[in-house]
Amino acid sequence: MASSGGIMACLLGGRVGDPPGTILELLGLGAGLAASSGRQLQVAVAGGVTEEEAMRLGDHGAEVVYLAETNAADVDDAASLAAALKAAAEEARPAVILLGHTPLGQDVGVRLGFSLSAATVTDAVKVEMRDGRPLITKPVYGGNALATFAPRGEAVVITVRAGAGTAPEAMAGREPELIRVSAENPAAHVRLVDRVREEGEEVRLEEARFVVSGGRGMGGPEGFEALRQLARLLKGAVGASRPPVDAGWFPSTAQVGITGRIVSPEVYMAVAISGSSQHLSGMGDSRVIVAVNKDPEAYIFKVSDFGVVGEWQQVVPAFTARLRELMEG
Amino acid sequence: MSELNMLVCVKQVPDPEGPPSAFEVDREARRVIPKGIPPVLSPFDENALEAAIRLKEEHGGSVTLLSVGSGLSRAVMLKALASGADRLVLLDDPACDREKLDAQATAAVLAAAVRSLGGFDLILTGRQAADTNAGQVGLGLAEMLGIPAVPFARKVEVKGAGIRVESVLPDGYAVYEAELPALVTVSHEVGDLRYPSLMAIKQAKSLPVEELTLTGLGVDPASETRLELVSLVPPSRERRCRLVEADSPEEAGARLAELLREEKIL
Ligand SMILES: Cc1cc2nc3c(=O)[nH]c(=O)nc-3n(C[C@H](O)[C@H](O)[C@H](O)COP(=O)(O)OP(=O)(O)OC[C@H]3O[C@@H](n4cnc5c(N)ncnc54)[C@H](O)[C@@H]3O)c2cc1C
Ligand SMILES: Nc1ncnc2c1ncn2[C@@H]1O[C@H](COP(=O)(O)O)[C@@H](O)[C@H]1O
Repeated sequence: MASSGGIMACLLGGRVGDPPGTILELLGLGAGLAASSGRQLQVAVAGGVTEEEAMRLGDHGAEVVYLAETNAADVDDAASLAAALKAAAEEARPAVILLGHTPLGQDVGVRLGFSLSAATVTDAVKVEMRDGRPLITKPVYGGNALATFAPRGEAVVITVRAGAGTAPEAMAGREPELIRVSAENPAAHVRLVDRVREEGEEVRLEEARFVVSGGRGMGGPEGFEALRQLARLLKGAVGASRPPVDAGWFPSTAQVGITGRIVSPEVYMAVAISGSSQHLSGMGDSRVIVAVNKDPEAYIFKVSDFGVVGEWQQVVPAFTARLRELMEG
Repeated sequence: MSELNMLVCVKQVPDPEGPPSAFEVDREARRVIPKGIPPVLSPFDENALEAAIRLKEEHGGSVTLLSVGSGLSRAVMLKALASGADRLVLLDDPACDREKLDAQATAAVLAAAVRSLGGFDLILTGRQAADTNAGQVGLGLAEMLGIPAVPFARKVEVKGAGIRVESVLPDGYAVYEAELPALVTVSHEVGDLRYPSLMAIKQAKSLPVEELTLTGLGVDPASETRLELVSLVPPSRERRCRLVEADSPEEAGARLAELLREEKIL
């Protein structure tokens, strides 16, 4: 029905597409929005997702599945993905379109929003319905303020930060309706010629239960070896604030913060990091935050649960050694 | 490749490196009041400008700066101009206050300005502005102008009749080739904006500055706006920190391990 205005969760396939958890989180979030406003929960998939994979999303609450196709040569091409999703949105006329806030999701989401002339919000940390109207909250000013927006017009496109939704329980046996749509591939004025993988960390930062990050005060690449030892002991991952990345001490793929990875582990340990808003914006939702900093006035202590004032060169090795004793003992 | 006619879109923002206390949130007025921090160019826009200046150095051409806002600081713009740009175009209007313009309205105003200025081969923007943290205006502008866009550039080069762009990905980067005209959003990996010499700052004062108006462009930002800001609040991020104290930093480290074990946190 043209005016019903459903909630549409989008899944981007392809090589750099969404991590598997993303669509489930979006469906969890979407189910809540749909239920609280009596709307239909829809899924749109694009970028080489198979029909079988798409139909399985019925187990997670999808009532209708739009399988959107283009004849793009590159399955990760953002313009083609946006064109495919636009075709699905024109067919379904959703009130809310949700994508994961990944680099590709942001790229596709913004193109989609503008091509629909729709309100668009990126990096949402909260989406809710109030009086039938979507309200979207996101950090602004590097996390120094939280803004809540309401859309004007028929639709809103939202890229949602990981952790803003909860994956729904699977409830097998629901068969969603399948609708195929296709879009003309936009003229390829941009051509993908190569994809280069850079060496990353062994454990994916977003999935680690323990993350220890080093900041400018690590003083050089050697410092990160001490953090690696600690992370290995706890089967966790090592991250960094931006200065070590800019200085080439640590891979850029491990930058935590508003322009890097967004993590919320059980325990986040910030070593020689001052606690800028841009960094906090990427780890502030961690369950427990532990800080090691030589400056007792460092802002990081205000936003931590545990702290030690001291030089990391002394504190961290002693911490790791004692922890190892306790874990082995 | 003939000379590149480039446009860099730059936004003025309160210095994002300012301490959290510098960002006072006025809930009533729904705006952030900067306390004791100066306006600066949004950092990724500086990177975009640096990318443009390097392309100009290598291939010739020109760099135009375009900024839309309300109460723009001339000192900030002059410094940007002095870094190696050729001319400055400003649209300074209370209706373009940063709390009033959403991404759609901003892109609509910029698109109108680009159409009136005409003839750019390459448009560069920051990957996202430090106040909105949105990452929308660049891609949106490209959509409105109907030109191809490549996001998150860590490197921009001329290749043949077009450009080659390395685009940052979570686990590395992708390499794209695009035809011109095109728009590229720039990430900090491109490199920091050079410092202008005092001499250059003096000379920049004689470079052309053009003023555009909304009526002249025939665009009304209010009618383009798609988002209503319903509330603005400070984040609730402060926690109560238990500081572990001991006679030496080593002991404090060891004690921290014990405490986190006792509390079943690790
Ligand atoms: C648009 C924009 C986006 C940004 N995005 C990000 C982002 O995604 N992630 C990010 O992290 N930053 C980001 N930044 C940068 C951010 O503003 C800060 O500059 C950065 O987070 C500071 O990193 P830091 O805490 O490591 O360094 P500093 O602020 O320099 O702090 C270093 C700390 O180390 C301590 N220290 C020094 N020596 C020792 C020692 N021996 N032992 C213990 N402590 C020691 C010092 O007391 C100090 O507190 C961004 C900035 C902008 C403008
Ligand atoms: N008012 C403005 N004037 C000029 N350029 C702008 C303006 N707003 C945004 N931009 C450009 O668009 C980029 C992305 O902005 P945003 O979508 O707000 O994150 C910025 O980095 C600038 O390059």
